[in-house]
Amino acid sequence: MPNAFWCIVEDDRNGSPKKVMAEVIAEAARLAPGRVEAVWLTDKASEAGLKQLGKWGASRVLLLENAAFAPYRSEVWTAAAADLAAKESPAAIFAPVTSRQREFAARLAARLGVGLSADSVRFAMEGDKLVATRPVYAGKLLSKVTWAKSPWVATLRPNVFRPADAQPGKTASVERPTVSAAGAQMKFVERREEVSTGLPELTEAETVISGGRGMKGPENYVILEELGRVIGAAVGASRAAVDAGWRPHRFQIGQTGRTISPKLYLGFGVSGAIQHLAGMRTSKVIVAVNKDPEAPIFKIADFGIVADLFEVVPELTKEFKKLLEK
Amino acid sequence: MKILVTIKQVPDTATQVKIAADGKTIDTTGITWIVSPYDEFAVEEALRIKEKRGQGEVVAVSLGPDRVKEALRSSLAMGCDRAIHLNDAVWSTADTLATAKALAAVVKQEAPQLVLCGRQAIDDDMGAVTAQLAEILGWPCAYWIMEEAIDADGKAIRAARQVEGGLEVFDLPLPAVLAAQKGLNEPRYPTLKGIMGAKKKEIKDVKAADLGIASEPSQLSVVGLEALPPRPAGRVIQGDVPTAVKELVRALREDAKAI
Repeated sequence: MPNAFWCIVEDDRNGSPKKVMAEVIAEAARLAPGRVEAVWLTDKASEAGLKQLGKWGASRVLLLENAAFAPYRSEVWTAAAADLAAKESPAAIFAPVTSRQREFAARLAARLGVGLSADSVRFAMEGDKLVATRPVYAGKLLSKVTWAKSPWVATLRPNVFRPADAQPGKTASVERPTVSAAGAQMKFVERREEVSTGLPELTEAETVISGGRGMKGPENYVILEELGRVIGAAVGASRAAVDAGWRPHRFQIGQTGRTISPKLYLGFGVSGAIQHLAGMRTSKVIVAVNKDPEAPIFKIADFGIVADLFEVVPELTKEFKKLLEK
Repeated sequence: MKILVTIKQVPDTATQVKIAADGKTIDTTGITWIVSPYDEFAVEEALRIKEKRGQGEVVAVSLGPDRVKEALRSSLAMGCDRAIHLNDAVWSTADTLATAKALAAVVKQEAPQLVLCGRQAIDDDMGAVTAQLAEILGWPCAYWIMEEAIDADGKAIRAARQVEGGLEVFDLPLPAVLAAQKGLNEPRYPTLKGIMGAKKKEIKDVKAADLGIASEPSQLSVVGLEALPPRPAGRVIQGDVPTAVKELVRALREDAKAI
């Protein structure tokens, strides 16, 4: 039997896998039907969470449950996963792009002495080799890469791959292998929560609203947040707005900020500098509202309105409210 | 305290990139090169640590062809004390792992207490070298650092890393490797004095053989570069604002099925 495709579980720190795992598992299943295994390093996994991985299509869950695995530390996770990989010899190791998985996948690849394709947006089996496609040079080009040997380690950009539909009848066998949970040099001190906006997280949201220099000041983002609450969207900002100090850096979309790939992107007063496009160009539907008809964002927008955002946003909020109340 | 900073020279974001005749690399004619922005945060933080402690040395290291000297020179102009240039044809197709191995060999020779890297280079956006360097060295590592503080006796560093939903703070024993995130600091511009002074500072050329590294095949190789698939032509919705907005909402709902 050919070897498995591992999917490293990203969870919500409360025992449930994040919904991005439906995308990772589905893509692994497309490439390796019937050979998808979820590998979950956590301090606590819920029964419902374990079942969910099965419903999405994992045939087996390798649960590595230990207090030492939370909060995540690359040195501890790497030792444990490498230990297990030596026993299991997976063909591929997939993980979603999140802050920790980006680090972990890289460190694990180094431990295993294999290549890494980070932030992949497409995969194909060519013969018995996996080929990944990933954006490079601010998303201006796509690079196709392949590995000298397996396991093929890759991280997958969220919202790009079609998620699996949960199949209530499907279940995964759950195994709890013994692995090393040693190697900790770092000591956890504290976690500082961000002040919650009550809106979805930028990289996970299906709809993202972005405000650029045209917002004129920090006080005006409330109108975007109101629209965000109506349509369930995250609210981000361009670098110009972040560098002006209007929004904290964690809201920045673009090359030196977050990369997003939502179903719907709505840019208000965003000019569309290359470094912004780098972070949102793989969005499925792009809407641009800008007073300047020459703004570069109109070149990649599916729908544009050339008008003052301060007139458009309240009108849009009103119209969406009407629509969604129906 | 000795601090080593890794930097990468990358095409300026605004520069146009074209695929070269080999189909695997970019045509470098006419490209404006810069130090990758995240690496500037790393350089700045290293300089601040040195200034705060009132002593120490900051060494900039970069891997790449001759043109990379320019990037090292600008790090020296910002205030780094000296530079090491990993300049060998062996590394012309180096993947992240080969790069990390070369850097790890330099770290072993230089024995710094801290290595600062940028979160990722903005050309290939792999974001892997920092973690791989830490792995090869067996050092602790923290990614996407927003703040740091070294304890008085220089034995440990407290670092806050950015994660989804907040910051996680850890104590790492030194030596350690950190990846700088935007927001860590505001990099300085080199002063005229800094630029003049940089010309006299040492940039040491290092070959693979100097590090005892033999050529080995890349674990990840580029099969080819492709242009982006073109996006379908967009549509500018005309009319006064209420009319245009109504049409936009309709189109998003019915045509694009995005809401």
